[in-house]
Amino acid sequence: MRSRPNDPPHPLGRRTCRVRHRPFCVPSFWLTLLDLAGISALIGLGLVLLTGVAGLTSFGQAAFSGIAAYTSAYLTLFSGFSPLAALPFCLLAVALAALLLGAVTLRLSGHYLPISTIAWAAAIFFLFAQLQVLGGQTGLAGIPPVSIGGFKFISASNCFILIWACVLTAIVTQQFLLGSRTGRAIHTLRGGALLAESFGIPVFRTRLTAFVYAALLAGLAGWLYVEFIRFLNPTPFDITAGIKDLFVVMIGGAAYPWGAVAGAAILSALPDLLQAVTGGQNENYNLIAYGVIIVLLLQRSRIGLVGALAARFPAFQGPDVKVPPSAAALPARPVPRPGEVLLKAEAVEKWFGGLCAVRDMSFEVGAGEIVGLIGPNGAGKSTMFNLITGADRPGSGRITLCGADVTGAKPGAAIRLGVSRSFQHVKLLRGLSVLENVMIGAHLRGRRGVVSGLFRRDRAEESSMAAEAERHLRRAGLGNVMHRPAGSLALGPQRLVEVTRALCADPVLLLLDEPAAGLRHAEKQELAQLLHNLRDEGMPVLLVEHDMDFVMNLVDRLVVMDAGAKLTEGVPDAVQADQRVLDVYLGGVA
Amino acid sequence: MNTTIAMLLIQDGLTSGTIYALIALGLLIVFTITRIILVPQGQFVTFSALTYGTLQYGTMPLTAVLVAGLAVIAADLDVAGAPADRRWLTARDAAWRQLAWPAVLLVVTFFANPAALGIFGQILFTIAVVVPLGPLMYRLVFAPMADANILPLLIVAVAVDVAMGGLGLLLFGSDGVRTAPLLAMSIPLGAIRIHGAVLLVLGTGAAAMLGLFLFFGRTLQGKALRATAYNALGARLVGIRVRRAGQIAFLLAAALGAVSGILVSSIMTVYFDSGFIIGLKGFIAAIIGGLASYPLAVGGALVIGMIEALSAFYNSAFQDVIVLSALVPILVIRSLLSRDLADEEPAE
Repeated sequence: MRSRPNDPPHPLGRRTCRVRHRPFCVPSFWLTLLDLAGISALIGLGLVLLTGVAGLTSFGQAAFSGIAAYTSAYLTLFSGFSPLAALPFCLLAVALAALLLGAVTLRLSGHYLPISTIAWAAAIFFLFAQLQVLGGQTGLAGIPPVSIGGFKFISASNCFILIWACVLTAIVTQQFLLGSRTGRAIHTLRGGALLAESFGIPVFRTRLTAFVYAALLAGLAGWLYVEFIRFLNPTPFDITAGIKDLFVVMIGGAAYPWGAVAGAAILSALPDLLQAVTGGQNENYNLIAYGVIIVLLLQRSRIGLVGALAARFPAFQGPDVKVPPSAAALPARPVPRPGEVLLKAEAVEKWFGGLCAVRDMSFEVGAGEIVGLIGPNGAGKSTMFNLITGADRPGSGRITLCGADVTGAKPGAAIRLGVSRSFQHVKLLRGLSVLENVMIGAHLRGRRGVVSGLFRRDRAEESSMAAEAERHLRRAGLGNVMHRPAGSLALGPQRLVEVTRALCADPVLLLLDEPAAGLRHAEKQELAQLLHNLRDEGMPVLLVEHDMDFVMNLVDRLVVMDAGAKLTEGVPDAVQADQRVLDVYLGGVA
Repeated sequence: MNTTIAMLLIQDGLTSGTIYALIALGLLIVFTITRIILVPQGQFVTFSALTYGTLQYGTMPLTAVLVAGLAVIAADLDVAGAPADRRWLTARDAAWRQLAWPAVLLVVTFFANPAALGIFGQILFTIAVVVPLGPLMYRLVFAPMADANILPLLIVAVAVDVAMGGLGLLLFGSDGVRTAPLLAMSIPLGAIRIHGAVLLVLGTGAAAMLGLFLFFGRTLQGKALRATAYNALGARLVGIRVRRAGQIAFLLAAALGAVSGILVSSIMTVYFDSGFIIGLKGFIAAIIGGLASYPLAVGGALVIGMIEALSAFYNSAFQDVIVLSALVPILVIRSLLSRDLADEEPAE
């Protein structure tokens, strides 16, 4: 499994490269190191997207490299392919393996993926080592080099160009991808599945995209490795290698493409540095050092080297999305006809074990009206809200949104019908700018996918999305903070951003979950102003709220819940005068 | 395959399955209580097997030096973390609490003759020296980041595994150990004989599971641990110390690992890197139980043991590949059974 002292010598033989005895090998030694660092950076770039951005992880990237390397070696040695012609097949094999593994793990909660990748990487390693047709433990030698138009990439310096051209291309395209619709969707995975699904981002498919992307970069790295070393045995693809690949991005900074490069440079140089310190060449010292470094690093901070630089010098953060002076408008939904029923709950009931949280709830929200769902703490408002938005399933009853039955449907169903929501506990992506957070709301109004994102074929649509997000932000009075990271705002403005993000989805009905909870007086007034503006524009809203004063001047109609059931329903003045409402709110008069 | 071979395979499968069950139980205890995926669980097995094996080969293992070194760091951290005016008291407490036991182990290590310890002395010393590694690991590595998400905790767990792999090589070298069977008897059963080692593994496994069942079901400490697993915040509110719960979980995991290590060393040769794959198979068993169910994990471990025995019979070269690939159908079933992802914790 792990490298034993009696393993075959390092394929590069770089341990035997002694500077003092053979001065001429110095440059080649450093170039070789740089080549290997580039290959490691390429794997790291995949992990930046998977771990740093999507919040998933894999210890099996070396196994993907191994699949590509063995495919290439097999095709070039035994089937007469040129290395360049073999590359598409290598990537295809890797993509298929990643799709298979992803299909069985990515529907499960996040920690199943890393454990499965450990098991899977170990299995693949044993397979390489046992299959005699792939050379077994002894390996395969004499793999032909890459040649383009007669130019052979044979030395460390030639390969340096090939490898680092791939690394730079990967960095540039990754930065393009991160600033695209798919990139934002992958970012959104970090905010939890409910957030993503609520804006129509399919969690499973987006995870699969990130996983396959990372696997393909690892595959490219594996192909480069075998074409550079031109000898192949299973050791470079063992589980320790897969673990080191992850350590690369942890040390360099998992959230930044340059973090992969920095981490790869550090970890590639570390064995030689340690050798200089300890005087020995023991792999076990390296392992102990890797382990201790990672433990200390993750105990203190989880942002890595480039992350620390970015925190100190904001220039490292990179520019935010630019808002164009003019852009084509995004497609918009027709405004609902007056009198159309947008939300209809019929005899909805929900039990948690023996506790009945919602019983026999029926009410409607029609076009152009603002309805407040109020009640004291524990009345079942939030449960009702979860049932409407699909975050939870009702035990019985029926919920209809815009004429479609959504009883027990997934959270994605509501947004596809044009019903968008905010969250009681703010769910913003703290590292992204306010503008990008709001653009997530418009996810379903765009079409461009991962390939357009990688190669910047999405600029027209992106401009429209940015312009739309900016329009909503300016209207909410957030125009001056839209390029700040969302995490840097106070709670009040964050709530406004939540509402703005929901508006950016071009909803026909807006569902707001306790938007005023925890806000200070001035912040409540700002929020009330935004909601007043919405009412004037005729945007239908269902507002779940605890604070009665806040909703009184705002809503057309109130539905009052108590102990899971509807207490009364009516215009604010009538509800305010209702003795039963006063009783439940004030605890009753003895 | 005839009946005799089938019975031999079942015997093999039950034996290794029981070992994997012990590992899976340790993993489950730690995961449910601390949300830590204890990848280095297999290292407890390795350290125990190699410590015990080294004793049997007539030399004193240096495991106690590692324990003492870690304990000194832990005591130092405790003192540094105490309020300035109470440092002296804290230092005294920490020294007593954490350094007394390693000191005893060091005295035994440098002055005792391994042969004079006898089999039981060797077993006791092995357990005494491996078990403290669990709480020390928790104190030094995981307790400082107890409020982190699962993902960083997992990466750190893998880092600890890597570091312990290196330490294992440093302490014990790359030679494997194989120890003498603890029970030299064997019982005839039909056409085959049940070996003492098998009986010992099954008996110890059953005893350990019964012990855990009683501990978690009958004792206040065990119930407190279950409460922590169910809801850490709620447990803290009713006065259960979560850090202590973590330490006990790691202690139990290390103890299960230590026992497994002693058992395993008498049925196979153990190298410094053997623990990883043993731990991985324990993981697959724990995943069968959805990282939540103890009985399913034990059943799963026995199934893994059987698959391994069968694949060893039909195609021993691909034995590990087959066992590890069993994870795929397991995950497919779990995917089909899984709830919505909606209530998963956000990573940010």
